Amino acid sequence: MGDDILLRARGLTKRFGNFTAVDGIDVEVRRGEAFGFLGPNGAGKSSTMRMVGCVSPVTEGELTILGLDPASDGPAIRARLGVCPQRDILDEDLSVEENLWVYGRFFGLSRAEVRRRADDLLEFAQLTERRHDQVEPLSGGMKRRLTIARSLMNDPEVLLLDEPTTGLDPQARHVLWDRLFRLKREGVTLIITTHYMDEAEQLCDRLVVMDHGKIVAEGSPRALITEHSTREVLELRFDPDEQEQHVDAVTGVGERLEVLPDRLLVYAHDGDEALATVHSRGVQPLSSLVRRSTLEDVFLHLTGRSLVD
Amino acid sequence: MTTTASDRVSAGTPSGRLGFGARRPTSAGERLTAVMAHHFTVYRRTWRGSIISRFLSPLFFLLSMGLGLGALVDSSAGGVDGVPYLQYVVPGILAMQAMLTAFGESTYAVMGYIKWNQMYAAMLATPLRVVEVLGGHLGIVAFHLFTGALIFVLVAALFGAFTSWWVLLAVPVAVLTGLAFAVPTFALSAWLENDNGFSILFRFVVTPLMLFSGTFFPIDQLPWWMQPVAWVTPLWHGVELCRDAATGTPPGALGAVHLAVLLGYIAVGWALARRSFTRRLVS
Repeated sequence: MGDDILLRARGLTKRFGNFTAVDGIDVEVRRGEAFGFLGPNGAGKSSTMRMVGCVSPVTEGELTILGLDPASDGPAIRARLGVCPQRDILDEDLSVEENLWVYGRFFGLSRAEVRRRADDLLEFAQLTERRHDQVEPLSGGMKRRLTIARSLMNDPEVLLLDEPTTGLDPQARHVLWDRLFRLKREGVTLIITTHYMDEAEQLCDRLVVMDHGKIVAEGSPRALITEHSTREVLELRFDPDEQEQHVDAVTGVGERLEVLPDRLLVYAHDGDEALATVHSRGVQPLSSLVRRSTLEDVFLHLTGRSLVD
Repeated sequence: MTTTASDRVSAGTPSGRLGFGARRPTSAGERLTAVMAHHFTVYRRTWRGSIISRFLSPLFFLLSMGLGLGALVDSSAGGVDGVPYLQYVVPGILAMQAMLTAFGESTYAVMGYIKWNQMYAAMLATPLRVVEVLGGHLGIVAFHLFTGALIFVLVAALFGAFTSWWVLLAVPVAVLTGLAFAVPTFALSAWLENDNGFSILFRFVVTPLMLFSGTFFPIDQLPWWMQPVAWVTPLWHGVELCRDAATGTPPGALGAVHLAVLLGYIAVGWALARRSFTRRLVS
């Protein structure tokens, strides 16, 4: 095999006119891992995914996917990729199974292969009972699963998932995550964009945090939290008009303080101890909460902004 | 990177997996067929909606213009240049219907595939390329033009609208006429940001062309300053060729010009459509 790097980007850049969507990023994705691009909307994640999906030419820098160059080998690369776009772009006039059949034909699969794959994937996507139904009335979770099933018609080595659970209810998200874990176990490399930190923590072995087209941090969710945040966070809520006057008193408690419009975040190794210190300084918040640090805190620390605004 | 196609072509495992590694490259023909298969599958679900516009509407024109108005024209003027009005107008309706089908299939349908259900984007995520996505869709438009023209010719023949077997040639001519509108309209539809432009197109382009392209009366009846509109747009050329075929008249040098105009629209339209699709879909 030589190397098991499926995707390698060096100084990868995408510009639309004067606007730089992706600003010279370096990324490596290994075979079999689940790799995430985490960042707010407009960070350049989708533009990156479109370049990786070989539907958007690289403006500058190097990009190699499966050892091939998207500029010259687009069709050969796309033959081995599964692409699950952010919006479910299904053919609503067709039935569930017809959506899979016609799509499989785009990869040059025979009629028999297309039907066999569709049977398997309907089972995988838990849609076998709905196979003859029109797509239009399906629930959001079912449409998402059908989109994923469709992206798997060519038995891809790499599955690109752009915001896979945006707009789904918690139950549907968990069903979907479970399906994605199964794929990963079967050796499919997952490349995921998300602006949900819980999704990134759940799914990704490794991720990069993107902001304004640049990568601001890279590592496993755990390592990123350890490196860029404290173990615990103390959240303090005050009357919004009075929060301002408590900032000075709380400053210096814990390792770091973030002032959000609606609360103060005290970063400390021990949140309860920090709360005791706050109380000892005579500050009485309306409410307080001690929790673990998340990727949201990492992002806040690195960019000064929250992921979801 | 050096994995060969043969490693996996027949590697379909019992569980239906295809296996990893390089895939058998598909031929351009296979890719075009796959795109057309998609459109056929959709059409199998939606054909009912096209019956009226595609098959009944030209029949209504035949009945009202060819028979109704025709009786009046024939009794008062003895037809058009000695040709009974039905035989004069039916080839015009054939070409006009091709134009209408072409606009119907290449405006909202194309914009929908770009913007609304984004099927083109779904296709381009596979080994398909812009040329095949575009060519396959145009192939389906050509199929619609062909079936529409053929059925209309057969029905009109029952009314005695033709005097020559050469009328069968009018079917491919109608397809070319339709494509001369459809291909540039694909380019337009991929270029427009929203569908407001279409109502302008139908009101200020389609309707005048229908009326002033020699469909219902010879263009030399038009004021001199309107005739060039017919010369530079495809419909009049299609109408004239259909009319020659329907009456079995050898087309002559002017026929070659008509054909060249239709082919020219298709060729230039194709270049524009490719550019417009590429800009819109793979940028």
